[in-house]
Amino acid sequence: MNISRRAWALVGLLALLAAVPPLAAALDQPFYVDLLRRVMIFAIAATSLNLILGYGGMVSFGHAAYLGIGAYAVGVLSHHGIDNGWLQWALAIGASALVALAIGAVSVRTSGIYFIMITLAFTQMLYYLGISIEEYGGDDGMRLATRSQFSGLIDLADASSFYYLVLAILALFLYLTHRLVNSRFGLALQAARSNEARTRAIGLSPYPYRLAAFVISGAMCGLAGALLVNHTAYLTPEFMNWTRSGELMFMVILGGIATAAGPLLGAAALLLLEDVLQGWSMLPKEAVRDHWQLYLGIILVLVVIFARRGLAGLLPGGGKND
Amino acid sequence: MTDVLLETRRISKSFGALVATDGVDFQVREGETHAVIGPNGAGKTTFIKQVSGELRPDAGSIRFAGEDITQLPAPKRSRRGLARSFQITSIYPEFSTLDNVALAVQAHAGHSFRFWKPAREDRSIVEPALQILQTIGLEKRKDIRAAELSHGEQRQLEIAMALATEPRLLLLDEPVAGMGADESTRMVEFLATLKGTKTIVLVEHDMDAVFSLADRISVLVYGRIIATGTPAEIRANAEVRAAYLGEEA
Repeated sequence: MNISRRAWALVGLLALLAAVPPLAAALDQPFYVDLLRRVMIFAIAATSLNLILGYGGMVSFGHAAYLGIGAYAVGVLSHHGIDNGWLQWALAIGASALVALAIGAVSVRTSGIYFIMITLAFTQMLYYLGISIEEYGGDDGMRLATRSQFSGLIDLADASSFYYLVLAILALFLYLTHRLVNSRFGLALQAARSNEARTRAIGLSPYPYRLAAFVISGAMCGLAGALLVNHTAYLTPEFMNWTRSGELMFMVILGGIATAAGPLLGAAALLLLEDVLQGWSMLPKEAVRDHWQLYLGIILVLVVIFARRGLAGLLPGGGKND
Repeated sequence: MTDVLLETRRISKSFGALVATDGVDFQVREGETHAVIGPNGAGKTTFIKQVSGELRPDAGSIRFAGEDITQLPAPKRSRRGLARSFQITSIYPEFSTLDNVALAVQAHAGHSFRFWKPAREDRSIVEPALQILQTIGLEKRKDIRAAELSHGEQRQLEIAMALATEPRLLLLDEPVAGMGADESTRMVEFLATLKGTKTIVLVEHDMDAVFSLADRISVLVYGRIIATGTPAEIRANAEVRAAYLGEEA
């Protein structure tokens, strides 16, 4: 009963998103297509983080690394004249998975504050690597010569085609995550989060399942990075800034950890609030525009204290666990 | 010798200056219920943890079913048939009662790298789990979150999870701890039904439970086993009376 109500709530949200391009066209506000496409790309990244943070209990403070790797995979190939999207996106996913495997092999054995610090440290290394490579724009970044090309199948330069592609990928990832967390693999992962000693006592060693989840999550986020660089048409190491990792965590926690709709709601809430607060002209700029993160911070504190299930807990049937 | 299922040979474990296990030789025969008793701080839980694999002994060896398992980590020991219940209830509180047991069944049904099929609809896991809940009398509570079970029910669930791994040896760390008189009686009755079908190592403070269930008893004092024998022998042992049972009187 609850499960189906929650599923319908999520389908409703996706239907709302599907209605945005025609609505924006009717209202002559094409900017909203752009804004919500950005929301959905971050929702994909946050969904991938939710897999390890929410279901796996691994607080990764370095998830922006995979956004960066995905973006650089596209940007670097494009810089060398390879604009084949299939190849670019496959590299984005594959390279992210490999880096996640390397980082995960070291970090997943640790927990708590050590895990947070190791994931942060690796991401900082990649961030400074990005800054140091002048060939690909250094810390200024560089324009993407052309968006990823899909042999005429879909044109990412067309705002609404790109929008629907992102929506389709988001829907697919939400479904894949749903299958994953309810499979034997997903239950083993959640068991290890819930009670590690008990999990070992019944004969499950958490490490391989956590590492696999870490790699899957990195690969998913790599694709989000490929989408993001196509969205901005600009490659910058800022994609890997540690504040970006923090924003992804913010989205997951604000939206509701270990919930399907949470990352989408969190991404929407954060990016829409950011947009509203930054654009607010009723109050003096100094009070709002320059300090909007302060207000977001207050909101996050309130959510953590009063809505343990996050925004997803406010959806129909959202109060239940799992 | 083939009827010895578990054997520790001179295992020792120290934490700094504290010698928690001091050269313990211990044997459990196939099919028996072997109780380990001792005053608080005697090192019972430390001993159990070395058998289950949560702690490595500093010295000595542990053999299970004829093989040396001293270096095996806990999950591998579990897969070989060593199951353990915890003194302080250790369950998955946010999962349903059925999920808790099903996870234990799943852990012994091959690897869990299965990403697609919903585990809760997998009859090969759910049905054995339901059967165990029935055996232990929790089937009516199967859909309740484990956190919402009463303390006594959580203790039962603890045993159910251990049984779900189809163990050859059941390590029970104070199964009736913190239970009311009625619950405790029912738990002892249930454990009595397992007697003979399972080999059991029972660590317990409740002397009524110990003397009604155990075939043999070992007495652990300051990390050493000072006596092993039948309940009658242990009752009659002067050293035990002085070191331990005297406190109860």
